[in-house]
Amino acid sequence: MALLEIRQLVFRVDGTTILDGVDLAIGGSEIHALLGANGAGKSTLARIVMGCSGYAPTSGAVRFLDRDIGALAMHERARLGVTMAWQEPARIEGLPVRDYLALRPAGIEAADCLRAVGLDPAVYLERALDKTLSGGERKRVELASILAMKPRLAILDEPAAGIDLPSIEEIEEVILGFRRAGGSVLLISHVEPVARMADRASFLRGGRIAFSGDPAEAAERYKSARANPALEARKA
Amino acid sequence: MNALDGMLESLSAVHVDAAALADPRTSHVVVDGHCVVSRRAVPGVEVRVDESADGVTLELVVAEDARIENPIHTCIGFLGPRGAQRIAVRLRLGPRASATMLAHCLFPNAVFGSHDMDASVELGAGAALRYREGHYHGLAGGMTVRPRIAVRVGPGARYFSDFLLTEGRVGRLEIGQRVEVADDGVAEVIARVFGRGDDDIRVRDELVLAGKASRGLIKTRIALEEDARAEVIGVTRGQAEGARGHMDCMELVRDRAVARAEPIVEVSHPLAKVTHEAAVGTVDQAQLETLMAHGLSPEEAIDVIVTGILR
Repeated sequence: MALLEIRQLVFRVDGTTILDGVDLAIGGSEIHALLGANGAGKSTLARIVMGCSGYAPTSGAVRFLDRDIGALAMHERARLGVTMAWQEPARIEGLPVRDYLALRPAGIEAADCLRAVGLDPAVYLERALDKTLSGGERKRVELASILAMKPRLAILDEPAAGIDLPSIEEIEEVILGFRRAGGSVLLISHVEPVARMADRASFLRGGRIAFSGDPAEAAERYKSARANPALEARKA
Repeated sequence: MNALDGMLESLSAVHVDAAALADPRTSHVVVDGHCVVSRRAVPGVEVRVDESADGVTLELVVAEDARIENPIHTCIGFLGPRGAQRIAVRLRLGPRASATMLAHCLFPNAVFGSHDMDASVELGAGAALRYREGHYHGLAGGMTVRPRIAVRVGPGARYFSDFLLTEGRVGRLEIGQRVEVADDGVAEVIARVFGRGDDDIRVRDELVLAGKASRGLIKTRIALEEDARAEVIGVTRGQAEGARGHMDCMELVRDRAVARAEPIVEVSHPLAKVTHEAAVGTVDQAQLETLMAHGLSPEEAIDVIVTGILR
């Protein structure tokens, strides 16, 4: 049984089809990379799975733990075990990082979660989750909050965006550690190298899954598509 | 229970431990209505009071070069359900003096009443004052509270003020504060208020950056629900070379509440700079969804956001 199963998902907005019959399945303890160019619909798919406002699918189904979660509110989905780290996580004035990591505690110390993402708890626990954090710091805190929640499935939208290059391997190790602890990850990215840490990968093009399977092959196809955009446009 | 015990007990409404006032190293004044029920001066702090049927005048003077370790407490209000209080406060810090003042304005049982405060604050050269004013107006919403404060921040002096009214009802609140900052002085004026029911909140803060290289910030955080209303006018005048000012106003509205913000910037020196930002609206959807993705219900998420902006 797949942990997350997306069946024939269609999403249209203002007459434009963003997703056109997407099928995708993610198993337990699996890192699944979802590759696609800007505007391919990756983040839209993530928001539909999470149940964000304005992202009810036009048709199709989203099942989690063999249950149709289409009618569940976002927080109910989170309580079932699916959560999301946004590409640009929101800043929340006056909310200390310590409190943010304790919103839905899963028995993991906030300080340990910060250390895991390369942040010193002595410095960051009392910092506010506001604009005084840099983009990279905020992304790391978001990843720490995922570790603190210990969900069954974490949707990570461009987790390496805004992270300095030398630290990207560190972030990858965090994600691999999450998987080793039993979690699954839907890893969304517009750059193919992230597929190297995935167990499986899919390539989203023209609102459909153009390929799903071996990460190296998905990366190769995506790379090829980026190199020949005109050809890809015709295929789409 | 006598008036002193009653006022001290009501300090819990603003999360202050009454034991702090009992410390003999702490200067304090406690006023119930127009009656001073307790006061204490400590070395370096002079306390003068004048009571009459028309009101109470408090004069607090911190001596030149004095560094007052413990906060100076003023605990002012009335315990009855009705009352009209007039208070005049004169606070002076001598050159290079430093102190923290915690002003508690308490009307825990008020059904209907008023509190008018006229304060003048003067900071000598190089002085530093942290002034925190916490209010509790009870649950009836029948209080009208009008604090009017004029502050002069001397050369190189630093003034930080924080007005807090986030629990219980506000009633009608009219804050008027004018802060004038001399050369190299710094002023930070913060107000945080949570309005409910038919509370009516008016805030007018004016910052005059009159001195060279003076700096100032006006920051306002208002959360409103039900039928509450708020109007925030922030005025910053940059009048001297190197003066830097910023205004940051955020008003969060829910239900039928109405908020208005008006930042006024006046720069009369070519080398002065004043910036402002104002955000008035409902709860930010991205913040809401970020918290809901962590399993918080919409109501829990809004509580976290509102608590955050008022913290």
